[in-house]
Amino acid sequence: MRYELGEKKAMRNAYGETLVELGKKYPNLVVLDADLSGSTKTKMFAKEYPDRFFNTGIAEQNMVGMAAGLARTGKIVFASTFAMFASGRAWEQIRNSVAYADLNVKIVATHSGITVGEDGATHQMTEDIAIMRAIPNMKIIAPSDYYETKHVIRWCAEYYGPVYVRMPRGNTETIFKDEEDAKFEFGKARILKEGKDLTIIATGELVPEAIKASVILKENGIDAEVISMPTIKPIDEEAVKNSNDFIVSLEDHNIIGGLGGALSEVIATYGLNKKLLKIGIDDEFGISGKAEELLKYYKLDGESVAKRIMEEYNGKTE
Amino acid sequence: MPIEYNDIDKLKKISKKIRYNVVKMIGLAESGHPGGSLSATDIIVALYYKLMNHDPKNPNKEDRDRFVLSKGHSCPALYAVLAELGYFDKDELWKLRKTGALLQGHPSIKISGIEANTGSLGHGFSVAVGMALGCRLDKLDNNIYVLLGDGECQEGQVWEAAMAAYHYKLDNLIGFVDRNRLQIDGCTEDVMCLGDLKEKFKAFGWDVFEIDGHDFEQIIGTVEKAKSMKNGKPKMIIANTVKGKGVSFMENNVGFHGKAPNKEELEKALKELS
Ligand SMILES: Cc1ncc(C[n+]2csc(CCOP(=O)(O)OP(=O)(O)O)c2C)c(N)n1
Repeated sequence: MRYELGEKKAMRNAYGETLVELGKKYPNLVVLDADLSGSTKTKMFAKEYPDRFFNTGIAEQNMVGMAAGLARTGKIVFASTFAMFASGRAWEQIRNSVAYADLNVKIVATHSGITVGEDGATHQMTEDIAIMRAIPNMKIIAPSDYYETKHVIRWCAEYYGPVYVRMPRGNTETIFKDEEDAKFEFGKARILKEGKDLTIIATGELVPEAIKASVILKENGIDAEVISMPTIKPIDEEAVKNSNDFIVSLEDHNIIGGLGGALSEVIATYGLNKKLLKIGIDDEFGISGKAEELLKYYKLDGESVAKRIMEEYNGKTE
Repeated sequence: MPIEYNDIDKLKKISKKIRYNVVKMIGLAESGHPGGSLSATDIIVALYYKLMNHDPKNPNKEDRDRFVLSKGHSCPALYAVLAELGYFDKDELWKLRKTGALLQGHPSIKISGIEANTGSLGHGFSVAVGMALGCRLDKLDNNIYVLLGDGECQEGQVWEAAMAAYHYKLDNLIGFVDRNRLQIDGCTEDVMCLGDLKEKFKAFGWDVFEIDGHDFEQIIGTVEKAKSMKNGKPKMIIANTVKGKGVSFMENNVGFHGKAPNKEELEKALKELS
């Protein structure tokens, strides 16, 4: 198989490193954070460009408002905090000040999903894709590994307009060999593995789990195609149309309104004769625990995903 | 008063034990927030062991005083106190933050003795304002206590709540700011200066007191005084504290805001606290 999982690396490190690189290229690029710069890695930029970094303190709504103001003076603005507070606390500022005005603000949210782990439900943002998706003008990207994150952040700086990028807290296995291999194309799905029986479409930190699941499925006689869907809005409709007739969505997010929601809209809108199995957080709040344990607890690890798919897929074909 | 420990030495001993358990819990969990738990310990101990009307056997009794930990990340201190008082089994402490365990990384009302789900900064203060209003509607003669972080006071919501508490004349609401002068990215005054918090709350119409948040006499004396002032104004106590109080290498060390001690550090800390 082409996509062997590599060493574990944090996407947020790629974010910090790329910000530093972009700071040099774009003198009008500024970065904001809300007292979490060590965790989101914007601190790397702050060290290199202290004059273009603004810590707003624990005040996410104000941070997004300030980002809008800075954008109105021609700056490329990156604003970061945890996904819960970026998309949740500051939702309406994102909607009205940023997106409505179509401003050049990139909300880069780290610590998304259940894999936040020990901090528990108040910090596990499993609804952000849903609430960001419903905002006009907003684009949403969830990179699948460290290397792809670098491309995504570079793309964000080049593109004019509001973007929401989500990435997890943890170190996740790399999908791509290197940066060259990880070329990102906005709005495009990426087929990681071909397969004729069914299609797993995964996003973000769960792409490695989709690959692991496909290996187990193979051993059990099921040939699964694996697609990575880094851009969630706009969704790659062609990829859905071209996929196998049994689709599995896999995301560290509520199965309502996220990737699964977006795929079901495509399927229903075009009357595609495809079955969709949505795997994610089943409309519930999380609990505290180590990230790897929670993946198993919520049956989002490769093994559990494969098991679930075998049950449903075999049920379907019988 | 359900518990009759009024002697300061006893409270000090209890605080030491609570601090010991806080550090042990976080050490075993391999994650959590020691700094802000240790700075808040004495205030929480004074409230639960001396000042509040509450009953571990009847945690939902209607006329209880209520405590909201708005800086929810400091819950190890609250959990340790609640366990010591019998709200739940003490063994739960050693399973903090573990998959499937009772004690969540941030407070949840599924846990006996917890009054509000907090962890997202700013929320608890508004919830406490609502509780103070509700208890007054029910003509209860109780007090609502709320503990805020100083960094937390950077949230706009804190000032919205402060405005409402004054507007609704909530003199049954007594707040504390755990003024340890540190947040995550550094000193509060460097990250986003708070300036004179005392004057700020005064300007919002509150009666404001400033104390040493590790001095039981001052904590207890000030709360007693605040309780007695039925003048239609909410009360805020700015408690000057030391983040990481009680463990030499954690004191005033921003690095221990949200980092668990490793094995060696744990051993060292527990030795200091025994
Ligand atoms: C709304 C929100 N934003 C950010 C965070 C992440 N966070 C947790 S604790 C903390 C710093 C809190 O500082 P402070 O209130 O001074 O607490 P203390 O120093 O007493 O621990 C931050 C930013 C959060 N929990 N909630």
